[in-house]
Amino acid sequence: MPSPPDERPVETADRVAPSESGRRATTDVVGLGTARAVWFVAPAMLLIGIFLLFPALWTLYIGSTNFERTGPNHVNPEYTGIDNYTSVLSDPSFYNSLWVTLLFVVFSAVIGQNGLGFWLAWSLRRVDRRVRRTVEALVLLAWILPSSVVAFLWIAMLDRHGGTVNMLLDTPGAAWLVDYPLASIIIFNIWRGTAFSMMLYSAALSSVPPSHLETAQLAGATGAQTLRDVVFPHIRGHVLTNTLLITLWTFNDFGPFLITAGGPGDQTEVAAVYLYNTAIRDGDLGYSGAISLMILLANVVMALTYRRMLRKRSAT
Amino acid sequence: MRGSVRTGGHSKRRGSSIASTGLIAVALVASGCLGGAGDETAADPMRNADVTEFTLTITSNAIEGGKNSDGAEWIEDYVIPRFVEQQAEKGVTATVRFQPVGVDDAEYKSQIGLDLESGKGADIIDVDGIWVGEFAESNFVKPLDEVVGADVVSSWDGWDQIPESVQQNASYQDVRYGVPTGTDGRVIFFNRDVFAQAGLPADWQPTSWEDILTAAQTIKDELPGDIVPLQLNAGTAMGEATTMQGFLPLLAAAGAEIHQDGKWQGDTPAVRRVLELYETVYGSGLGDPVMQAEAKGRDRSFQLFTEGKVGMLLESDYFWRSVVAPGAEVAPMADRDEVVGYAKIPAITPGAGVNGQDFVSMSGGSARVINPNTEFPQQAWELMEFMNSFEATEEQVVSAPRITHREDVNATVLANDPMLTFIAEEVVPLTLFRPGVLEYLDVSVAIQEATYAIIDGATVDEAVARYQSELEAVVGDPDAIATG
Repeated sequence: MPSPPDERPVETADRVAPSESGRRATTDVVGLGTARAVWFVAPAMLLIGIFLLFPALWTLYIGSTNFERTGPNHVNPEYTGIDNYTSVLSDPSFYNSLWVTLLFVVFSAVIGQNGLGFWLAWSLRRVDRRVRRTVEALVLLAWILPSSVVAFLWIAMLDRHGGTVNMLLDTPGAAWLVDYPLASIIIFNIWRGTAFSMMLYSAALSSVPPSHLETAQLAGATGAQTLRDVVFPHIRGHVLTNTLLITLWTFNDFGPFLITAGGPGDQTEVAAVYLYNTAIRDGDLGYSGAISLMILLANVVMALTYRRMLRKRSAT
Repeated sequence: MRGSVRTGGHSKRRGSSIASTGLIAVALVASGCLGGAGDETAADPMRNADVTEFTLTITSNAIEGGKNSDGAEWIEDYVIPRFVEQQAEKGVTATVRFQPVGVDDAEYKSQIGLDLESGKGADIIDVDGIWVGEFAESNFVKPLDEVVGADVVSSWDGWDQIPESVQQNASYQDVRYGVPTGTDGRVIFFNRDVFAQAGLPADWQPTSWEDILTAAQTIKDELPGDIVPLQLNAGTAMGEATTMQGFLPLLAAAGAEIHQDGKWQGDTPAVRRVLELYETVYGSGLGDPVMQAEAKGRDRSFQLFTEGKVGMLLESDYFWRSVVAPGAEVAPMADRDEVVGYAKIPAITPGAGVNGQDFVSMSGGSARVINPNTEFPQQAWELMEFMNSFEATEEQVVSAPRITHREDVNATVLANDPMLTFIAEEVVPLTLFRPGVLEYLDVSVAIQEATYAIIDGATVDEAVARYQSELEAVVGDPDAIATG
């Protein structure tokens, strides 16, 4: 996990480097020479190649064929060039899935998990240790339970006939998963994934020097002011890192499928579910290869954006 | 970080460029490998024919205590021990295993599809008849004549007992790929308790759609609001059930077959009539559209039917023998024989059905195929013959009657079950089968989406327009779509 403190020693080394005996020393400190250095990184490169690069290229290749799960196109797939890629880009279902994914990510991860996780970490700081441990354990439980078990619980809870929610709210016959499917999976995902943000922020908050907090208190700062001017500057890096991680996870999350299978209609068809439905349910492997490449690109763009933000932050 | 990126960048770039060049090469070499499932040349059907010891596996979407529990019990408690015994008498040590599965049909299909593609899987596999063509086109299954040998297959005396139309369930383009395991029919089931409370007759038989709608309206007017008068399968959540237990029988009732004279039904009056019926039922509160959108809506409608909360359901006789049968797993009804009524599906108006019929139905059925990769084709065929013998078939249905593929078994077993006699004698003669054309599966999805549009509140015009464009995408050739 890239966390800000790691960067400091390197920065120092970088600043010192030019004053020493030229670039050669810094690029080849051990004196291996390029050829032998390549041999040293070769095993790592090979692993990355086999498990990351090759599948990506393979996807690119499948995406340029009309390969299907069954039928004549399964036996004799044909090369169709960029046809799949252009049809994906003009496919309303694809844009629908991107839009649904965006809503899902923004509300469940960026706002929901981030906010609730921070709030839990912040408010649990000072409470009795036993209370804190209990709350943390409960939140963690939601995170570590197997997905299928959790999905079953939520389906039972939101059930239209005799579901727990309908009994508690006294709303018999309300079909949450049909009438509010996206909201349901957003709340589900907040419940499911907040534990990670909570733990990360708990650790981050302990890095805020107590003396700063005490000073703020002495100066008469309100809670909000303390958060904004004292706490936040210390944990900005953590916020970015956390947001990056949960954004990527949620973007690729398949959990909603277990609850709504993308339905009703295509209202909860997030990108991962859209891909699954195209590839496995409909059997259009070639087309789904093109979709996965688009999703891959979206992931790369997101990762690079956050990386830029992180660098900008460390530059200031 | 900045320092390390810059200094490391040089060698990293070179390393990755070497690696990626290599990998592009690998990808290009491997790219020739896509497709070509299965072995094009048939293996020798007589391989291992004389061994004195062999192992066979049977798989089916059936599991004891769950889905199709009866079928699983029959294989485990009757077929396997008897067959092993028979082989032992011949001095052959047979080991037969059953691989139970209990999931949705679509999942089962992709599982056995993967098995067959990778050259693995059970030796004898239960499939839905409608998958045979698709699997044949994919080289997942091969004609029986190739797998076990033409003379061996044709010398089986069981074929004489299986009607030609039922054999189609295990055939593709008139070539046998397996042995069918029975057939079924679609009717309207109604709850006699609900009907009695609404003042409707216990021996109800509608002769037009108007009769159905009138009965539904009567239930709605006479009974409390939480009783759903008529639930027609619609939407995408229940998959093929929407097409087979909803749209297609109604389309036949409107006078059209989904694929007739080489053309698919596009934006035609018959398709519109069916969608209009959906709109009437779900738009005016005669049916519950939310239930059709729920992931487990079909099972829910079964349960509500048994509780007297649903008046009518259009279903296959599967509903009678596996869902509401006393002792069934899904929604058993101890008083099924008294409470559950059934009626033929009427044409829109008498004589307006397909082929000028007054009543219509659709039929499907499953089949058993032999895995072309089996090590013991002859022994697998022997097991198939045994499973489809008069004795074994009778044993399978004696406790839970259904229409089997064998006429001699039907004659002895169905007499005890008036409902199945009704299906065999009155419904099967006027039934239709789904087209054995590969595109059917995609057309079926387009149909499900069209009915979903209706329950989601779209008008018939919007739903038909969407259906038509989806059909054009699936079929490709505009001349193969009937419109207007």
